[in-house]
Amino acid sequence: MSTSQLAERLNRTTRWRLPRRQLPVLVSLALLLVMYGIGVSQYQAFSNIQVVFNVFIDNGFLLVVAVGMTFVILTGGIDLSVGSVVAMTAMVSAALLRDGLPPALVLLIALLIGPTLGFVMGCIIHFFEIQPFIVTLAGMFFARGLCTWISSSSIPITDGFWTSAAQERIRIGDNFLTVGVLITVVVVAVAAYTLAYTRLGRNVYAIGGNPQSALLMGLPVGRTRIAVYTISGLCSAIGGILLSFYTLSGAPLIAVGMELDAIAAVVIGGTLLTGGAGYVLGTMLGVLVLGVIQTLITFDGTLNSWWTKIVIGGLLFAFIVLQRLLGFRKKSFSTR
Amino acid sequence: MSSWRTRLPAVTGHRLFWPVVVLILLLAANAIYRPSFLAVEMKNGHLYGSLVDIVRLSAPLILVALGMTLVIATGGIDLSVGSVVAVSGAVACLHISQQPDQNSLGSVLVALAMAFGVSLLLGLWNGTLVAVIGIQPIIATLILMVAGRGLAQLITSGQIITINSDPYRMIGVGHVLTLPFAIVLALAVTLLVAVLTRRTALGMIVEAVGGNAEASRLAGIRARRIKLLAYVVSAACAAVAGFMMTANVSSADGNAAGLWVELDAILAVVIGGTSLAGGRFYLGGTVVGALLIQTLTTSVYAMNIDPQTALLFKAMVVIAVCLVQAPAFRAKFRRRRAMTAGPAAPTGEQRKEQVAA
Repeated sequence: MSTSQLAERLNRTTRWRLPRRQLPVLVSLALLLVMYGIGVSQYQAFSNIQVVFNVFIDNGFLLVVAVGMTFVILTGGIDLSVGSVVAMTAMVSAALLRDGLPPALVLLIALLIGPTLGFVMGCIIHFFEIQPFIVTLAGMFFARGLCTWISSSSIPITDGFWTSAAQERIRIGDNFLTVGVLITVVVVAVAAYTLAYTRLGRNVYAIGGNPQSALLMGLPVGRTRIAVYTISGLCSAIGGILLSFYTLSGAPLIAVGMELDAIAAVVIGGTLLTGGAGYVLGTMLGVLVLGVIQTLITFDGTLNSWWTKIVIGGLLFAFIVLQRLLGFRKKSFSTR
Repeated sequence: MSSWRTRLPAVTGHRLFWPVVVLILLLAANAIYRPSFLAVEMKNGHLYGSLVDIVRLSAPLILVALGMTLVIATGGIDLSVGSVVAVSGAVACLHISQQPDQNSLGSVLVALAMAFGVSLLLGLWNGTLVAVIGIQPIIATLILMVAGRGLAQLITSGQIITINSDPYRMIGVGHVLTLPFAIVLALAVTLLVAVLTRRTALGMIVEAVGGNAEASRLAGIRARRIKLLAYVVSAACAAVAGFMMTANVSSADGNAAGLWVELDAILAVVIGGTSLAGGRFYLGGTVVGALLIQTLTTSVYAMNIDPQTALLFKAMVVIAVCLVQAPAFRAKFRRRRAMTAGPAAPTGEQRKEQVAA
C-alpha cells in the first residue's frame, strides 16, 4: 500500500470521525425539527413564533441548570443537588427580599450560596474520594431541608426590581421575550465558549475521557473537578434566580425532580454519561426537545401530563441505544 | 488490657461500627427525649411500641435495599425501584378495586401475582438493557425511573385508587405470631437472600461479576445472566415493598408512592459498607443502614421537626457516615493522629460532633 493510499485512508477515517462525534447532536436537532414540524402540521397556532419563544421562556431555568449539569457529566460525575439548589436560591432570595434587604445584595447572596455548596461538594468528592452520587445526594437533601427550614410555605416576592424584571417584555416584532431568556442565552454562550475554547474546557473533556491519563499528563484534575461542581452550583443559582423571576415567589417544594429533567436533557442532547463527549449546544437542543414535548401535549389537550414522562423515557431509551450503536463507549461494558 | 488494646481497632475498624454507633446514639437521643420510647408492650397478643414501629416502617426500605445491594454488588445501580414500587402498588390496587368483593382472598392473590409479574417484566427490561445491550446501569434504569412513574399514573389514570380489602391491608398493618406481618415478611426475604447468597456460591459469583465482569466470564461464570438476575431480584423486592407501602395506606398513588425510595435504598446500602463500585456486598450492613435511616426519620417526626427539614439531618448523617467510612478520610485522619500522637478521645469527640451536628 502506498503512502498516498494510507494518507487517503487516514483522511477518510478523520473525515468519518467528525460527524460521528457530532451525530447525536445532529439527531437531537433532527428530532426537534420533526417534532416541531408535527406541531405545525397539526395545530395552526403552533406556527406562531411566540410558541418557540414560550418554550425558551418556560424552560429558561431548566436550560441554565442543564448547562451546569453538562459540565459535571462531561467529567464523568453527576450532580443530583441541582433541583434543590434552584429551590433554595429562589427561597433565600424571597425570604431576604421579604426582610427588606436591597435587591442587589440579595442577588449577590443568592448567587453565592449555590457555588459555595457546589465547591464544598466538589472538595468532598475530590479529597475524600466519595462517589459524586452520594455526595450530591446529601447536598440535595441539605438544600431541600434548608428550604423548609426557611419557611414551610411559599413566600411571594413583591420587590420592585424583581417584579419589573419578571414583567419586562422585550418586543421583537409582534412577539416578546423576557429578561430571563436573555440571561439564559448569555449563560449558554459563555458556557459553550468556556468548554470549547478555554483551558478549563479542555481539562473537563480530558478528565471525562480518562481521569488517569489526565492526571499523568499533569492536568489539574482536582481543581477542575471541584470547579465543575462549583460551576454547576453557580448555574443552579442562576436558574433559581430565573425561576424566582418566572414565578415571583419562593416555594419549598418547587423544582422537585428537576435534576432528572436536566440529566434527561443532557443525555437527549447527545452527551455521554460516562463523560468525555458532548456539547452545550446539544444540551440546549435536549431542553428544547423536552419543552416542545410539553407544548405538544398542552396543545393536544386530550393527553395527560404523565405521557410527558413516558415519552421522555422513550426518547432517553432511543438516544442511549443510538449512542451504543454508534459505538460510543469508553469503559468496556465487558459482558459479551 | 493488652487484648483490649489490640481488639479496640478491630472493633472500631469494623465497617458496621460507625453505623451502629450512630444508630445507638439516635435511639439514646430518642429515649432521653421521650423515656417511653424504648417501651415495648403486648396488646391483644400483638407487640406494640416505638421500636416495633420503626422496624415495621423500615420493612419496605429493607426489602428495596436488599435488592439494591445485589445490583450494586454486580457493579450496577437501580434507580427505577421507586417507580417499580409505584407500578406494582398501582397494578395490585387497580385489580382489587375492580373486584365485586374486595375482601376475597383469591382476588387479592391474583392481584398480587399480576403486580409481581409486571414488576418482574420491568426488572427484566432493566436487566436486558444493562446486561444484554450493555448500557451503563445508571442511565438504563433512569429510563424506567422517569417512564415508570408515568406508567404508574397511566395505570391509575392519575387518580389515587382507594381500596377496602382486609387481606391486602394485612400485608401492611397485619400481625403474625405477635409480630407485624411486614416485619416477618422483611425478615423472611432477608433470610432467603442471605441463605441463597451466603450458603451457596451465588454470593461469591455475584461479587466476582461486580469485581470484574470480563474476568468472571473468562472464569466460566455467566456474568450476563447474573447481572440480569440481580435486576430482576431488585424489581421483585421493590414489588413486595410496593405492596407493603400501598397496603399501609390502603390506596395507590402513582405520583407519590415510593418517591425517593431509590435514594434511601442506595444510602442504606452505602451506609452498610457496600461500595458503589461493586464487588463486595454486606446484607447485614444494608439492614442496619435501612434501620438507621428509618430511625432518623421517625425520631425527627417524634421531635416535632418538619419532615422536610428532616432532610437536613439526613444530609448531615449521610455525609458523616460516608466520611468516616471513606478510606481517604481515614487515611488523612490516621496520619494526623500519628503526627500529633495525641490520645484518641478528642478526635472521637469531633466525630460525634459531626454526627450530632
